[in-house]
Amino acid sequence: MAQNAEQGLAVPGAGGLRGGLRRARGLSDRAITVLFIAPSVLLLLAINIFPLIWTVYLSFTNYRANQPGREIKWIGTRNYERLLGSEDVWGYLQATANFVVWTMLIQVLLGLGLALLINRNFRGAPFWTTIILIPMMLSPAVVGTFWTYLYQPQTGIFSYIINMFASVGPIDMIGSVHLAPWAIVIVDTWMWTPYIMLLCLAGLRSIPDYLYEAAEVDRANALQTFWYITLPRILPFLMLAVLFRGIENFKMFDMVVELTSGGPGSTTELASINLKREAFEKWRTGFASAFAVILFVTVFGLGNIYVKALNRVKQ
Amino acid sequence: MSVAAYSVGEASPRQKLLAGVLVVAYALVTMIPLVWIVLTGFKSPPASISYPPQVLFEPTLEGYVNLFTTRSRQTPEYIESLGPAETWYDALVRERNMVITGKSRFAGRYMNSVIIGFGSTFLAVFLGTLAAYAFSRFKVPLKDDLMFFILSTRMMPPVAVAIPIYLMYRELGLSDTHLGMILLYTAVNLSLSVWLLKGFVDEIPREYEEAAVVDGYTRFQAFVKVVLPQMRAGIAATAIFCLIFAWNEYAFALLLTSGTAQTAPPFIPIIIGEGGLDWPAVAAGTTLFLVPVVVFTVLLRKQLLRGITFGAVRR
Repeated sequence: MAQNAEQGLAVPGAGGLRGGLRRARGLSDRAITVLFIAPSVLLLLAINIFPLIWTVYLSFTNYRANQPGREIKWIGTRNYERLLGSEDVWGYLQATANFVVWTMLIQVLLGLGLALLINRNFRGAPFWTTIILIPMMLSPAVVGTFWTYLYQPQTGIFSYIINMFASVGPIDMIGSVHLAPWAIVIVDTWMWTPYIMLLCLAGLRSIPDYLYEAAEVDRANALQTFWYITLPRILPFLMLAVLFRGIENFKMFDMVVELTSGGPGSTTELASINLKREAFEKWRTGFASAFAVILFVTVFGLGNIYVKALNRVKQ
Repeated sequence: MSVAAYSVGEASPRQKLLAGVLVVAYALVTMIPLVWIVLTGFKSPPASISYPPQVLFEPTLEGYVNLFTTRSRQTPEYIESLGPAETWYDALVRERNMVITGKSRFAGRYMNSVIIGFGSTFLAVFLGTLAAYAFSRFKVPLKDDLMFFILSTRMMPPVAVAIPIYLMYRELGLSDTHLGMILLYTAVNLSLSVWLLKGFVDEIPREYEEAAVVDGYTRFQAFVKVVLPQMRAGIAATAIFCLIFAWNEYAFALLLTSGTAQTAPPFIPIIIGEGGLDWPAVAAGTTLFLVPVVVFTVLLRKQLLRGITFGAVRR
């Protein structure tokens, strides 16, 4: 039996259900396991893992996808050397890091604040919560598109509303080197604050009443209650949200491409956007593959931490 | 865990009122961009770029007509010579000295979104249901590693994955085909589908199947006749999440399709009118594209938390 288990997916027939099912007629548990899981794993191998290995291979070559006839030359780690030695690439990574840090910081504050308010359980809270959730389900690319309209400096409603409160004249959110990084942070915050909020709410609802009662008995003030009871309890949920959204924003592409397409200059040129430029506009496939591998490794590492957090939160 | 779990006793009426006012204010601000886009869909092109932005305007269906048609500019004499307009949309277009020359590509792109969305959702949920059942009920060697592997495929940056997929699809003749996009979206959605559905299967007591097997069902029959019917709600929720993802996806669609199989998200931003983007038409397309998602979000609101955490957080 132990030997069977070592051969990949095979499962010992008898020990199937932990509840100790008697041996059933028909397909054995082991056959069902293989039949049920294999198609999914095969599809993922074909469409995710095989291409991944291909990317790793290409990253050591000078391949260009727009010249399929050209001989593929193995150039060792030169792509990686060029990549890590390039100040431009570090600039894109810096822009990405700024985007991730600012979006997370603002969204955690807003999301946590909203969750605490909604948790007051006022009348109509479920309705308004649903309204707040809508932006995060929308298509990021389409959101990016229509925000370019809202951000129009002369005729857009964003500039108009800001000017209702402070007459600063037309605000060119997308065209200005200083404002463009904030333009993408604002749209991401509009879209994804509900995500952080929803997880914070889940955290708040997991806190048993007796903890607050105990705090009351101990005469803890509101701040102490928040610091010693609420915060530690929602922290795992908040971590989960920040990790997931952090990873998503690290690979941000669609919304920003439509909103600023990396500009002006390269102020909002995030890693994924530059990757697309290298791979599908300059057609430096080998170089782009090396960039892709570096992003893969980073995301994979973060993903590992995320899954650990996921399992910790799981009830 | 209902109302009682919120906080000690209840918040005071004044606290509730304040919380309510703040949350409603946030919800209203968050709705401005969406409401504005829906309104813009009913503006005329000049009204859409007027200053100050018009809140009250004479609604017109010009944006929607422009969205679905191609038009050419003609001299008033030529239009006169055509005789009276046969339909209301002919008449509308002629007011701008234009003549409808045919259908635009929007309807086709929208249909592509529908076909690819439903096709990939069906496959992802079908394969996911099988895999989830096996993962939930049987001893699968390296289960945690396999589950992580499945999830990790979703975390990969789409642009990085697109490089080798682009090359592979070019070799296989799957570039810009419905089948290619369906397979790709199935693979991407599989992780969500397996993780979510496993959570749902875990919640179904094993005793039902055991009883069925004792009654003479094979394990497979027990799965089809006992487990599947109880998974219905879970399958429906999972399907909607997969559908929304496929519907919203942009990066793969942008990089791997150009015509035949192009979906709506890469198409909406390039709806050009005379002298730049035709904003009412873009807004009309955006509205038609976003409405189904908003409806589904409202339907799904109770399952949202589960969907966005891959089934880890259930309430």
